[in-house]
Amino acid sequence: MLMLTCPNCGVTGEESEFAPGGEAHLKRHGPGSSDEEFHAYLFAKENPRGVHFERWRHANGCGKWFHAARCTATLEVFGTYSAQTTEPPKDIKDKISAKRPGWSWREVE
Amino acid sequence: MPDARSALDGASEAGFVKVEEMGLQGMITLRGDLAAEELQAAATAATGVDMPDRTGIRTARDGGNALAWMAPDELLVMVPYAEAEERLAQIQAALEGRHVLAVNVSDARALFRLSGGPQVREVVAKLCPVDMAPAAFGPGMFRRTRLAQVPAAFHMPDADSMVIVCFRSVAHYVYKLLCDAAATDSEVRYHV
Repeated sequence: MLMLTCPNCGVTGEESEFAPGGEAHLKRHGPGSSDEEFHAYLFAKENPRGVHFERWRHANGCGKWFHAARCTATLEVFGTYSAQTTEPPKDIKDKISAKRPGWSWREVE
Repeated sequence: MPDARSALDGASEAGFVKVEEMGLQGMITLRGDLAAEELQAAATAATGVDMPDRTGIRTARDGGNALAWMAPDELLVMVPYAEAEERLAQIQAALEGRHVLAVNVSDARALFRLSGGPQVREVVAKLCPVDMAPAAFGPGMFRRTRLAQVPAAFHMPDADSMVIVCFRSVAHYVYKLLCDAAATDSEVRYHV
């Protein structure tokens, strides 16, 4: 069972209380970008076995978006953090390093 | 205009706890910066109760007025049904010019009361993915969550009763769910 803690309201809930929002920290490539960049933005998503960063929405709760760092293999959640960030904060990365030494995700490590 | 009626007209059923539709309740959604003093003052003036903590609810002694924390920028103001429009105007006047939203949502919601003992926890625990252990949830807390397939919120006015808020459009579904979960001899006896 995947248990997430919403950083906006502090409620810890089970997965079905939340709605998944796909991969986190995507850089949007819109008008003016190359075809390759736009294609990658739309379709080239990470699908790791292990550490992953995702967006979630507390759909049946406070309704707010947030980010979650979790392991796709064990459903262990390393931490949740504000949606208003462009990369994982240091304390989250440190927690992951403590549990999954040598991990990396896209250009984050 | 015909008199306003609640979704199920006060339907009730007795199982191992009593399930009843509570009738009309005035409700105002107030959205804005909950930390702003003006907003807090307006909400308190409309209900006579202090601001609740995060994920909390404060209820007046008579029970007709309450403030419930819905989200970081949303408050549910509960007032007597007949006074909702008047209190709404009062809030809007107090917050004029501020970046806030106040809407009367009384007729968009339905309320249910479970009563009859601490077993009311069992009914909610069957339907919601929430830890209903007495140490984890109790009076004064307000939890928005999923009730079977629909969004809902609930709180405990006291240790022996539960109030559930849902959208009026799903009132019949929620009533049937609650009656089913409260059916006689269907206690799980996990929390109580």
